[in-house]
Amino acid sequence: MEPLMAVAIGILFAAAIYMMLRRSIVKLVIGLMLLSNAANLLIFATAGMVRGAPPLVPKGMTAPAGAVADPLPQALVLTAIVIAFGVLSFAVVLVRRAWEIVRADDLDRMKDTDT
Amino acid sequence: MNPQIALPILIPLLAGAISLVFWRSRSMQRFIAVAGTAGLLLTALWLLTTVNRDGILVMNMGGWPAPFGISLVADLLGATMVVLTGIIGFAVALFSLGSVKRSHETYGYFPLMHLLLAGVAGAFLTGDIFNLYVWFEVMLVASFALLILGSEKAQMEGAIKYVTLNLISSVVFLVAVGLLYGMVGTLNMADIAFRLATLEDDGMIDVLAMMFMVAFGIKAAAFPLFFWLPASYHTAPVAVSALFAGLLTKVGVYALFRVFTLIFNQSPGYTHEILLWGAGLTMLSGVLGAAAQYEFRRILSFHIVSQIGYMILGLALFTPLALVGGVFYIAHHIIVKTNLFLISGIVQRLRGTYELKSLGGLYQSHPWLAVLFLIPALSLAGMPPLSGFFAKFLVIRAGLEAGAYGVTFIALLVGLLTLYSMIKIWAEVFWKATPSEADVDPPPSVGSKEMWLMLAPVVALGMCTLFIGLNAEPLYALAEASAGQLLDPDRYIEAVLGDTQEKTP
Repeated sequence: MEPLMAVAIGILFAAAIYMMLRRSIVKLVIGLMLLSNAANLLIFATAGMVRGAPPLVPKGMTAPAGAVADPLPQALVLTAIVIAFGVLSFAVVLVRRAWEIVRADDLDRMKDTDT
Repeated sequence: MNPQIALPILIPLLAGAISLVFWRSRSMQRFIAVAGTAGLLLTALWLLTTVNRDGILVMNMGGWPAPFGISLVADLLGATMVVLTGIIGFAVALFSLGSVKRSHETYGYFPLMHLLLAGVAGAFLTGDIFNLYVWFEVMLVASFALLILGSEKAQMEGAIKYVTLNLISSVVFLVAVGLLYGMVGTLNMADIAFRLATLEDDGMIDVLAMMFMVAFGIKAAAFPLFFWLPASYHTAPVAVSALFAGLLTKVGVYALFRVFTLIFNQSPGYTHEILLWGAGLTMLSGVLGAAAQYEFRRILSFHIVSQIGYMILGLALFTPLALVGGVFYIAHHIIVKTNLFLISGIVQRLRGTYELKSLGGLYQSHPWLAVLFLIPALSLAGMPPLSGFFAKFLVIRAGLEAGAYGVTFIALLVGLLTLYSMIKIWAEVFWKATPSEADVDPPPSVGSKEMWLMLAPVVALGMCTLFIGLNAEPLYALAEASAGQLLDPDRYIEAVLGDTQEKTP
């Protein structure tokens, strides 16, 4: 399972970077979304994938028996998903407002603040 | 229990929440702004005196013992940074009372300011690397919203660059945290440092170190990824610019100091060498960018970049004296840079523009403002006896002692070019005659109460600069003690985890 995940994460990162290199700000936001999802999947994969072994301690024992899934990365991913959701909603609204005000979808025409 | 660790985070969070409750009451929000930031400053001072007396303070949230729960850790560097956050927060809150437009206040300027301060203080005090990521995001979201208050065209263009680069840096940080967890199976920074020291796999550690360097380097606006800063900082309302200039990039620098002294201190020949090159190029590119600018706040923004280089130089040399210099530099720079942005705000309020070409003659009409500008400006350039002189002296002396002559030469050259930029502002804004064909509408006259509210923080920060300059010993002793703690990560690890001798990783 891990090699498949690694390839999927790699493809997501590549697609995200490709989208962010486009000039359109809408594609930029799509790129950011893919990027944060790729990061979330990567954290999920770092702890290793264990199938059907919830991290529960049986009654009367102090540690779970055998190898179990690590619950911490899932908690981290949950936090990261929530944060990414909030930040990306801001980015979507920002892009919309920027289009309303600048009337351009092209990053090359947003250079007034660079010179 | 050590409530003073949690209070600098809780007070701004609470103040922000109460401000939201009083959404429609402008006077109540203004009162909470001052009371909340004053509370932050007082608790921060309490924290610093406690840490100075008793050593590193640790608080485990929710009573979970150290490597499992989230710990708040205050060592001297963290506590000093929180005090500086309090000073800047209080100064900017006062300044905002006189300068922030009513329409910005109704869109939630004050609650966002509190949230930003909470994020900054949290980042300085946390001892957990994932918690650091969360505080970074709290700070970022607040800064996004503050940056676009007013929704002008330039703000939108600047904000897109700011948001994109900061989100990329967050993702790189998050990926690095995930991979680090995959390697050591812990998120507590002290525990990570303890376990990494026993790992054999140097190659992967260096890869992770580079990922952290890129992530924090973007936040700190270090070369080559600083472009978001000069593109966005001059577009926001001036109180926001001042707050950002003082605190945000310094959180990145703090994170670099923390991570590269505590966790990635195995191969300084590799990581710190790259930091050294980065520092030199950051200083140079920032100051050269400033030389080409003719807008008050853009010049100052580029100088943030060049000054970040000096701080990273202190970290990169990695000798005791260099770290002392780095910490001293951060403290000096936060005060001076915020002050310069506040003064640019007063100039804009008086003349209605930031363009140097349309400004002039302020020395004739407001000589006291010219003096107030000269104190931080000359301090930034490193003129004795102001605070910047001692900061630069420490870093440069450390560079000479370490034999890094190339970077030291760049540091000296950049000091000279900084002086050039400051003289340029002085000559254009204060000294030359008022241009006759000024194409700016004269702004409405400034009320005296408004003026005093804007001047009080400027005077207070100027006094701080003078005080540090004329009496550098207390801050030097503080910087020396924090550098001592940074160079001895075992003390940090022991304070968090207890006696590590008994444990086997």
